[in-house]
Amino acid sequence: MSQSHSTTTSVEVRLDGLTRTFGSVRALDGLDLTIAPGELVALLGPSGCGKTTALRILAGLDDATSGQVLVDGRDVSQIPASKRDMGMVFQAYSLFPHMTTRQNVEFGLKLRKVDSGKRRERAMEMLQLVGLETQSERYAHQLSGGQQQRVALARALAFEPSVLLLDEPLSALDAKVRAQLRDEIRRVQLEVGTTTLFVTHDQEEALAMADRVGVMRAGKLEQIAPPEELYSAPTTQFVAEFVGLTNRLDASVSGGVARVAGTDLPTLEGSLTEGRGTALVRPESIHITASGSDRSAGSGRVVTASFLGAISRLRVELDDSTTLVAQVPRTSVAAIAPGDRVDVVLDPIPVLVVKD
Amino acid sequence: MSTATARRRNQVLLRWVVLGVVGLLFFLPLLSMYQFATRISSQNPSKWDAFRAIANDPQLTAAIKTSLELCALTAVGMLVLLLPTMVWVRLKVPWATRLVEFLCLLPLTIPAIVIVVGITNVQSWVYYLVTDGPLSLTFPYIILVLPYCYRALDAGLSSIDVITLSEAARSLGASWFTVITRVIMPNITSAVLSAAFLAVALVLGEFTFASLLLFENLQVVIAALGLTNAPVSVAVSLASLAFAAVLLFLLSFVGGRRQGREAV
Repeated sequence: MSQSHSTTTSVEVRLDGLTRTFGSVRALDGLDLTIAPGELVALLGPSGCGKTTALRILAGLDDATSGQVLVDGRDVSQIPASKRDMGMVFQAYSLFPHMTTRQNVEFGLKLRKVDSGKRRERAMEMLQLVGLETQSERYAHQLSGGQQQRVALARALAFEPSVLLLDEPLSALDAKVRAQLRDEIRRVQLEVGTTTLFVTHDQEEALAMADRVGVMRAGKLEQIAPPEELYSAPTTQFVAEFVGLTNRLDASVSGGVARVAGTDLPTLEGSLTEGRGTALVRPESIHITASGSDRSAGSGRVVTASFLGAISRLRVELDDSTTLVAQVPRTSVAAIAPGDRVDVVLDPIPVLVVKD
Repeated sequence: MSTATARRRNQVLLRWVVLGVVGLLFFLPLLSMYQFATRISSQNPSKWDAFRAIANDPQLTAAIKTSLELCALTAVGMLVLLLPTMVWVRLKVPWATRLVEFLCLLPLTIPAIVIVVGITNVQSWVYYLVTDGPLSLTFPYIILVLPYCYRALDAGLSSIDVITLSEAARSLGASWFTVITRVIMPNITSAVLSAAFLAVALVLGEFTFASLLLFENLQVVIAALGLTNAPVSVAVSLASLAFAAVLLFLLSFVGGRRQGREAV
């Protein structure tokens, strides 16, 4: 796109020891998080882990019990939401029903007393950015859910906020629209370069969109890392099990090497250093071959085989009665059916081994 | 003829019968009032004398003016008091919804005469601090209309996502005043108009408060006129009913136009 949509200079956002209690419930328990200028950080976690509370406190829509919110080094904890200069896209459809698409996008600019000509120009520019310039005179009820969320994104970015906040903006949409809009939000965010906090309970969204993903549990950050690192090198059992599928397999560890299902694997930092434990193994790091093809492997019997398009998911019961799930390219297991005996080999990549 | 067609025809017939009976109950008193007000007598030498007398009676015109002012002040006061309160309760203290509803509905359960006796002491402060004229009735009238207006506004607020719309507006830089006037109110126009209309209709027909607090509003003067010049009294009543009907029509017209525009 030839037009420039650059926003104000990107800023750093810091949440410093944020705590929020609701009666006896501690929704946030000393949360520390720093988002670099222009970065997109996703907060991921199960319901009730405090991710939305953190976002709402950053937006000024809720107050922290203790702790600070710093934007560009300035404490904004006492500044009301209307003066924080943060654009937000909500989970629920939030377009103003009595305004057209263009009027919705213009709303923030109107409040900032931008003259009508510039307002209209900027609104059309933002609608073009989200591909809805032809829908500018339509009302919210005349748009699909995906279109409404794109307009909400345009509206949140139109006044060039210092921070963009996304509160599960895709959760009300169907799978196909969700995937499209996910890519679109990331494209727009990269284009405008606004520092962004994205809250979701969908790990696929978080891993696909974010520069870094923070996994939250009980009001605390369990781990924050780039998506690849989070997936391949989880530091806790909770992260390993929450992000992606995980097999829990018996392991014996000695000298930093774990013996799992007949294969020796290096261990990740934070693993058990000696003795018996449970190895957390990704389904795609397990290889399945017809029985007898690999004498160094463990063996077992296929219980179920699920076709998932390009891949197949096999549930295998090992000879020691342990059950594991393997995710393999469909073509490599085309001839394998439930009931067949198979060999099981694990990729020699580091695994997390935790105490039973 | 099939059973379904016969049943449908019976339903239509029943509908018309019900409508006819209700219409008769509604229009018969109005027709009687019209007939009585336009009857030629010693007090009304010509057909329209009773209606012409409305404009020529200074006590009556003063009472009409007072009632119209009370209507406007009560409607505005009620909206200023109730709308922000109801929005605030939904946003910040949802646990208090039932309590506010109970307080708003309370005047419905207390006889007007008891309310008047109860608020007499408070009213003396209003006389002292604000005004001792008939417009001081605005305050008890706001209490009087609360139950009806609460219901109308509650229905409107329930039809929109107040929390999300308010938070969206706040995040875009809107003050609370802007949120209420430019985001919430335009989306519940019909409910606001309904509440205002109910307030106007109730104030136009109010007698007990004004009479017991010794003020002259439209109904008090109509009652007094009924003792001396019944045709004029009935003519004024008919005119105020017609005024309320016009308001109702305007409300439906505005609401209908709005729905039509939104359905484009």
